Amino acid sequence: MSEYTAADFKKGQPRWCPGCGDHFFLASLHKAMAEIGVAPWDTAVISGIGCSSRLPHYMATYGMNTIHGRAAAIATGAKVANPNLTVWQISGDGDGLAIGGNHFIHANRRNINLNMILLNNRIYGLTKGQYSPTSPRGFVSKSSPYGTVEDPFRPAELCFGARGHFFARAVATDAAGTVEILKAAQQHKGAAVCEILQNCVIFNNGTHDSVYTPTERKKNAIYLKHGEKMLFGENNEYGIVQEGFGVKAVKLGEDGYTEADVLVHDAKCEDNTLQLKLAEMEWPVALGVIRDVDAPTYDDCVSAQIEEVKAAKKYHNFAELLETNDIWEVK
Amino acid sequence: MELLDLQQNSNKLISYDMADTLEIKEREEVAVRFSGDSGDGMQLAGNIFSTVSATVGNSISTFPDYPADIRAPQGSLTGVSGFQVHIGAGQVYTPGDKCDVLVAMNAAALKTQYKYAKPGAAIIIDTDSFGKSDLEKAAFKTDDYLGEMGIDADRVIACPISTMVKDCLADSGMDVKAILKCRNMFALGLVCWLFDRDLNVAFNYLKEKFAKKAGVAEANIKVIQAGYDYGHNTHSSVANVYRIESKNKVKGRYMDITGNKATAYGLIAAAEKAGLKLYLGSYPITPATDVLHELSKHKSLGVTTVQCEDEIAGCASSVGAAFAGALAVTSTSGPGICLKSEAMNLAVILELPLVVLDVQRGGPATGLPTKSEQTDLLQALYGRNGESPMPVIAATSPTDCFDAAYDACKIALEHMTPVVLLTDAYIANGSGAFKLPNLAEYPAINPPYVPEELKGSWTPYMRAENGTRYWAVPGREGFQHIIAGIEKDSKTGAISTDPENHDLMTRLRQEKIDKIEVPDVEVIGDKNADLLIVGFGGTYGHLRAAMEELKAAGKKVALAHFKYINPLPKNTEAVLKSAKKVVVAEQNMGQFAGWLRMKVDNFAPYQFNQVKGQPFVVEELVAAFNEILKK
Repeated sequence: MSEYTAADFKKGQPRWCPGCGDHFFLASLHKAMAEIGVAPWDTAVISGIGCSSRLPHYMATYGMNTIHGRAAAIATGAKVANPNLTVWQISGDGDGLAIGGNHFIHANRRNINLNMILLNNRIYGLTKGQYSPTSPRGFVSKSSPYGTVEDPFRPAELCFGARGHFFARAVATDAAGTVEILKAAQQHKGAAVCEILQNCVIFNNGTHDSVYTPTERKKNAIYLKHGEKMLFGENNEYGIVQEGFGVKAVKLGEDGYTEADVLVHDAKCEDNTLQLKLAEMEWPVALGVIRDVDAPTYDDCVSAQIEEVKAAKKYHNFAELLETNDIWEVK
Repeated sequence: MELLDLQQNSNKLISYDMADTLEIKEREEVAVRFSGDSGDGMQLAGNIFSTVSATVGNSISTFPDYPADIRAPQGSLTGVSGFQVHIGAGQVYTPGDKCDVLVAMNAAALKTQYKYAKPGAAIIIDTDSFGKSDLEKAAFKTDDYLGEMGIDADRVIACPISTMVKDCLADSGMDVKAILKCRNMFALGLVCWLFDRDLNVAFNYLKEKFAKKAGVAEANIKVIQAGYDYGHNTHSSVANVYRIESKNKVKGRYMDITGNKATAYGLIAAAEKAGLKLYLGSYPITPATDVLHELSKHKSLGVTTVQCEDEIAGCASSVGAAFAGALAVTSTSGPGICLKSEAMNLAVILELPLVVLDVQRGGPATGLPTKSEQTDLLQALYGRNGESPMPVIAATSPTDCFDAAYDACKIALEHMTPVVLLTDAYIANGSGAFKLPNLAEYPAINPPYVPEELKGSWTPYMRAENGTRYWAVPGREGFQHIIAGIEKDSKTGAISTDPENHDLMTRLRQEKIDKIEVPDVEVIGDKNADLLIVGFGGTYGHLRAAMEELKAAGKKVALAHFKYINPLPKNTEAVLKSAKKVVVAEQNMGQFAGWLRMKVDNFAPYQFNQVKGQPFVVEELVAAFNEILKK
């Protein structure tokens, strides 16, 4: 049992717009941290710039609200320099995937032990409504009055393409689902990407409507659980089955499909092919931990290598280092 | 016939008789330039020669001059790399304008490097690399390459080095390619003979360098000896061997060190003194990469290096490491500073300690990647948005990089600020004899950790007496806080857009830097000078040598060389106004002169500006300063 409550992680009064998904996520993060039980002073929350990047200001932990796009790089340095810290990186879709895209993929590739939160509202909110790298093709915004002519990133695809080992998804308004994946991210050693689907009430209202309420989620989302059959629907009347190299949703009892055909979710499978198919489904939207595979973390390996070299080399301080050179004496 | 009269002030020709009249002459100083293809091992030969010389107490200064291409076509003009070693009985301040001995391992080297030879310099060539195709590649029109270049054949030690090395190692079992890699050692042996050097030091050097390849060490040793013997047996058509006796020796233990290595050592030393983990976030860039290489070796000292995805992350991750409690450093050259400036600026407003190393090279953009300039000064001072004051320190020589790096760390940690440490390609790659420092004699480094008794009342932008904010490293219970790139209230640390508060915070950040105490700038030379030479950073050696030469010629001159650029030393104005005339000499279009004019009222110096990517030439400085004296 953790000795902390959500209140131990709370600070200040959030200034986001009423109804913003950030409020919901913040509450879930406080709750998850309390349940995780790492002390607030051993926790660092590091964000970039954007609406969601204000979040560290509302945490009673150590925190940094930095510059646009660099949160993953800054968090990397903090974690590698001080591995005792539990580091949470908070970014929006612009911060994390546009200006910070390079840092996002490399933090995943290196497998830094970070909890990387991607708050995805498919819009730039703080700059008042331009399309983001997750906005769908044709999206109309202030900077795309005639619709965008570019395809969006799919965060899971980017994560997997960068050889990411953990990817989970939750809807901001779904506290239980969010807390669950945050705890799983903390449990996972390595870069753990949590995509949070959240609404922007001002500039992109309704973007995640199909999964934003419990009723809608019943209809349009599937909660994936490792080792369990992929069933969904109001009465679990639907299931995910394999079709060719992909997956599809079917209604049990129709077209000859039975529960025996329904796939069992394997988040631990090293091969990410099926996990990618699940993450990219448009209906139902996959929620929960989609991929969770163990791999050596960068920060552990850095520390281990230092210990190995310490044991192998004979010099361990500056004076001894000097002696490793060709030295002559002037008498 | 006369060959090598290296004493420039003597025009007397010495007649030379092959019998036994070899003279041993004493020389104050001598410069040797080894040149060949990039892969010919010229730097190794040069390094060994400088180490051998330093071992007998000569002062040394070296300078590698290498092309931007890793391996240009063999024998081509663009692929020539040079390494100049200057050794002296007394102090030498530079690698020497021009050399007394030029080693040219092929025709292209002779073609491109001859301009660096003094009139009357001895030229050592490998005649085996002056065949028809070699000459064509080097754009010689005829077989008479010496005639084409106007070189007197009497000055040339023409030796079939390749053939002799092949003969020497015929029984080694090595293949021809491996054998020919030892050519540089033959040339080295010849030069060692010429300067009466003790080969044992060279042998030990090779044994250590090739500790795991005894065969390679043995082959190289054999070839050095062969080169030495060749010189000895033939007297190599030279009149003299030269001895450089050491004067004004400072007792102690020494090593040869490049500026980049000295920088790395300074950072390691400072981290140890401060009791902090050293973290380097970096991205490879010429000519700074050797610092990353050097620090990456020393994991046994706990040094953590992260080769990041880009320059931006190199600096950003260092800001994260600083927040987390490390001595954080990021290393780069000018183009990298462009990319890092955003995160450097973040460190300014976060008030976190960070050392930003800029090994300057020729710019703008890619510019001259392997060459040296001082053109990043204003970028270091001002290249950021907003009011963003940052201390700037410019190391003055290869060995000074150690102290400069140590100082940069001390200032960063004690004043909670990013510090720019400027070096340049010239001092970074050049080397000098480095007296082993005793860390116990270096000043303590005491970061302003937040005192425990402030628990409960502390806010992140509360300041200590010197204007510095306290450092609360994550992990300490009761000091959780947030710092942000957005403006904060000076008292509470909460986000604030209040105009008065922003004005106050801007001033507090500026005052904090202004209050940093730095040593006075020293005036070397005549206290009532007719001309005060002013410079900063890596040009010290050349400006000092020029000043000494003018002084020796009876001129009333002095040198004030600046290492601390921001803040400037307190005596700056007094010094600048102490002489009748002042000239600011720098390798840019006048950035330091402009900075001084901004800081000192009614200061109107003469300027000497050169942006060639090459070190100053002492002779040119002397001529220019004489002109100013005449005005």
